[in-house]
Amino acid sequence: MTVDELRAQFPILSTQVNGRPLVYLDNAATSQRPASVVERWEAMALRDNANLHRAVHALAVRATDAYEQTRDFVRDYLNAESREEIIFTSGATAAINLVTRSFSEAFLREGDEILIAECEHHSNIVPWQLAAARAGAKIRVLPVAEDGRILLSQLAENLTEHTRILCVAQISNVLGVINPIKEIVNLCHSKGCKVLTDGAQGIVHGPVDVRDLGCDFYVFSGHKVFAATGTGVLYGKKELLEQMPPFLGGGEMIDTVRFSGTTYAPLPGKFEAGTQDFCAVPTLQPALALAGTVFADEELRRSGEAVKAFVLDALHADRRIRLFGDPADRALKVPLFSFCVEGAHHEDLALILDKMGVAVRSGQMCAEPLMDRFGVTGMLRASFAPYNTLAEAQQFAECLEKAINMLT
Amino acid sequence: MITLEDKKREIVEEFGMFEGWMDRYEYIIDLGKNLSGYPEDRKTEDRLIKGCQSRVWLDWELRDGKLWFAADSDALITKGIIALLLDVYSGRTPEEIAADDFAFLEEIGLRENLSPTRANGLVSMIGTLRRAAEEIVAGK
Repeated sequence: MTVDELRAQFPILSTQVNGRPLVYLDNAATSQRPASVVERWEAMALRDNANLHRAVHALAVRATDAYEQTRDFVRDYLNAESREEIIFTSGATAAINLVTRSFSEAFLREGDEILIAECEHHSNIVPWQLAAARAGAKIRVLPVAEDGRILLSQLAENLTEHTRILCVAQISNVLGVINPIKEIVNLCHSKGCKVLTDGAQGIVHGPVDVRDLGCDFYVFSGHKVFAATGTGVLYGKKELLEQMPPFLGGGEMIDTVRFSGTTYAPLPGKFEAGTQDFCAVPTLQPALALAGTVFADEELRRSGEAVKAFVLDALHADRRIRLFGDPADRALKVPLFSFCVEGAHHEDLALILDKMGVAVRSGQMCAEPLMDRFGVTGMLRASFAPYNTLAEAQQFAECLEKAINMLT
Repeated sequence: MITLEDKKREIVEEFGMFEGWMDRYEYIIDLGKNLSGYPEDRKTEDRLIKGCQSRVWLDWELRDGKLWFAADSDALITKGIIALLLDVYSGRTPEEIAADDFAFLEEIGLRENLSPTRANGLVSMIGTLRRAAEEIVAGK
């Protein structure tokens, strides 16, 4: 598939902003959506709309089938062992909050430790702080190296006999560096520590095999990988999910309800209380199917590599630019670039780039501890998706140069 | 002193002469570069308006029945807009400021700089300024 063929599936990519062709480089915040996803979403709402699992009529059966088939599809996509291990949530944040509540209630005790990587998104920090406060547990921080990598030696130093769980992103939303999840998991498991992997960015940049990664929990949001907003997935190992109490109580998650006591539905229903976003969830199918096709496509892979190499070279060439997450081994880097420019504020740069049609993110990127780690108040981030062309990368570099010149 | 309404009209006319966003931004950036007078020792936590984007420091005082303020930012465009705000509003009575809608900023094409995101220090700054004016008015 050519990049242009891929782009043709995303109507928004051929629009203009501020009178210029849109160059959308805020993919780490949310991806754009292909027509197939929007059509599926619309079809669910217009033709198959009924609440799940509850009624026997034809519409309810169709809606339930679509929803449950999506679960099978996601199980297959992630190579999870069973469909009971796939829980639908409203996004990665909700999935992490589910784990922090239910895992902590089952396994976290006073004096235990939660190890959190320094590069985590606030979503993988704050819920754990709340859980730690409830349980009387302690938070420890797993540092990232100057080049943005997580070093196994650092992990070994920070893992103790009290560490119950390590929370780490597969790829940080700021650093764009692929963390060695497999090795991290092996080390953690050897010490009896569980691992939650935040796949919000990881799911976007390559195929994911949860059994190969070995982590105990893997979460991601649908909207970052072409699917509808309000969709998300929690993968959890069955034996753990079974031992964890429900998070939310309500309809759908019960077996029998008496005022004298209630029993809960088996997995995965136990963790899906209330009416789910049943119109949106089925969009995970066309979305992940497209992601899978993209990752398997040699031409698109080459295009992505060319974009990454070009931007890395352009950023390295400018002495005023400080790139964060810059390992010597470029294979560890995905095309997500956060940087600061000497003498030019990230907000000013983002405002000017926007006028030129280039959408980038500026600010703290929901990772204040990481901003502190590198001693900055914010960064500028350009995050590319497989539908971004080399021409767009060149456009970005030229506009950035112009913006810097306007400000300095 | 020129009236508040006349001052705003003057700025709107000035911006009307610019061809496009680039001229407008270059002008604002220049204003930002030339804004001085905010004392470094007043860049304190209690004067800082935190945002995800630029940081804004705001200091004000009531003198002779008028509200005088000084402000600064680490970002140039925000700083340039601050210079405009100082020019228009500093030295006005609290009544004038409390009654103003600050809409002239949109008229000169700075709507996106004032988007009501939680990250916007400029919006918070205007809010703080208005609250200060309103409180003084209410306290009288």
